[in-house]
Parts: sequence; structure tokens; C-alpha cells
Amino acid sequence: MGGVKARVLVRPKAGILDPQGAAVARALPALGFEGVSEVRVGRLIELELTDPARLPEMCERLLANPLIEDYEVLVERDGG
Amino acid sequence: MKFGVISFPGSCDDVDARLAAARVGEAVALWHADHDLAGVDVVVIPGGFSYGDYLRAGAIARFAPIMTEVIEFAREGGYVMGICNGFQVCCEAGLLPGALLTNVDRRFVCRQVTVELVNADTPFTAGLQAGELLSIPVKHTTGRYYAPPQTLERLHAGGQVVLRYAAGQNPNGSLDDIAGVINERGNVFGLMPHPEHAVDPLTGSSDGLELFRSLATALV
Repeated sequence: MGGVKARVLVRPKAGILDPQGAAVARALPALGFEGVSEVRVGRLIELELTDPARLPEMCERLLANPLIEDYEVLVERDGG
Repeated sequence: MKFGVISFPGSCDDVDARLAAARVGEAVALWHADHDLAGVDVVVIPGGFSYGDYLRAGAIARFAPIMTEVIEFAREGGYVMGICNGFQVCCEAGLLPGALLTNVDRRFVCRQVTVELVNADTPFTAGLQAGELLSIPVKHTTGRYYAPPQTLERLHAGGQVVLRYAAGQNPNGSLDDIAGVINERGNVFGLMPHPEHAVDPLTGSSDGLELFRSLATALV
């Protein structure tokens, strides 16, 4: 279909326990990577679309659950 | 009393829910792609993995064709019971407050748990006593109930926490041990435990049947 490329980053909201992030944070020191904290594991959604202005609505209604997740929309420049 | 149990692609507890409902009333199957609730008195959204539960549990099912009717039905005061995946669908659809998150230990949990009935003053629980303990199985990976602090406060104050895991039984890290909540109006009930799997002493417990029976009795 073509159109503009965009990325949506979805993360667990601050204050919500993220067991996946916690597991990663516990695993890193075991490999010798010390000093890592506040690991949060989210989701990256890549898409191409003709009307990027509708991305926030897509995020609110489907791509993220605003009650538990924050999202960030990154739209690639033309030819980018 | 006519129960309608929705089948989505990926539902797996729809048959058990129909069999459970058929013990106390009439039970019919509803198809996700239809726009028809077949004149039922109660809609049951069953457990399973609707549409593969891609993205988030219940996120896609919430937009199934039949959900337009279910949301309208609920808005008019119709009774909806969301079990497990059905609870997740109800939360995603905004029929119930809060959300279900991945279990705190990230593992699938499948076991019999003891839940305490907190509020017997609902059509779904009227045949039981507050404080009564029920033995009902859970089986899920995404069952950790979450709601923001102000919402939680409101739920507790309004008697909307209907079921909670008994002391030491919380299998998923749900806030305040919440296992089941009802909406403010009292016609949409969601729970993670599976009452439809606890309807015959032969399989360990028939406590779950009481929830179906309560509803059938209350609505006559």
C-alpha cells in the first residue's frame, strides 16, 4: 500500500508494575552488566499509512490501552 | 431465562459456559460475526483467546461485529457476564473499569482457587452470602487486575468488587486481591475465575454453578 512510514512505541505507564522489565533487570547483572535499573519492556509497532494525522486516534482506540500504557508516535519524513 | 454465549475465533470455554447455563436455563450460541443477540436475557462472553488475543488480550474482540450489539445491550441494562477473556474484553470495551495485565510472575496459572464473595447484593450473586468462600478454577496468563487508585477507591466504596481471592490465594498479583468486579449500574460482571468449570461435584466443585443459578433466579 505505501504511504508514510511510522512507528508507535507503546510502554507500560509509569507506576504500573512491569514484570517483564523486572525480569530483564534481574537478568542483566547475571551477565555482568551492573548498574542497570528502571527497565521497562514495551512494544514497537511499525506501519505505513496514508494519513498520519489519524495515528493518535488509532493509538487511543486500539494500538495502546491508555489506562495502562503510554504511547509515542514517530513519523518518518518523506523519503526518510 | 435465556443465556447467549458468544463464540469468537479462539474462544475455548464457550461450550462449557453453554453447558453450565443450560443447567439453570436455556442456553444458545451467539456468533462473533453476527449482529444478532437472539433475544437473550444474559450475554456471556467466555474464556479463551479471542482473535488470538493479538496486541492485548481482548483488544481485537472488543471490535467484533457482535460487540456493537453487546455494548448497546449493556447500555440498556441487559446482563453481561465476562469470564476470563470475557472480562478482558469487557474492560477493553469500556463496559467495566480497569484492565487485566500479565500475571506478576509472567507464568500461565492453572489451579483451583478459593475466592471470597464480597458483594451478594447483585443479580449475579444474590443466591450466595457475603463472606462465603467458593472453590473455582483459574487458568490465565493475563489476569492481574489493575485500576488507578481513584477508580479502586470508588470500586470498593460502591460495592463493585464482587469477588476477591481469599487470603494467600491471589494467583496473579491483582490489586487488592480483586477477582471480579461489576459496573456501577450492576448489570455487567467480569471475573477471572471460571464458574463454568465448577458446576459438578464430579470435577471437584459446583460452586461456580451458583453464579449462573443466582442470575437465573434473580431475573425470573
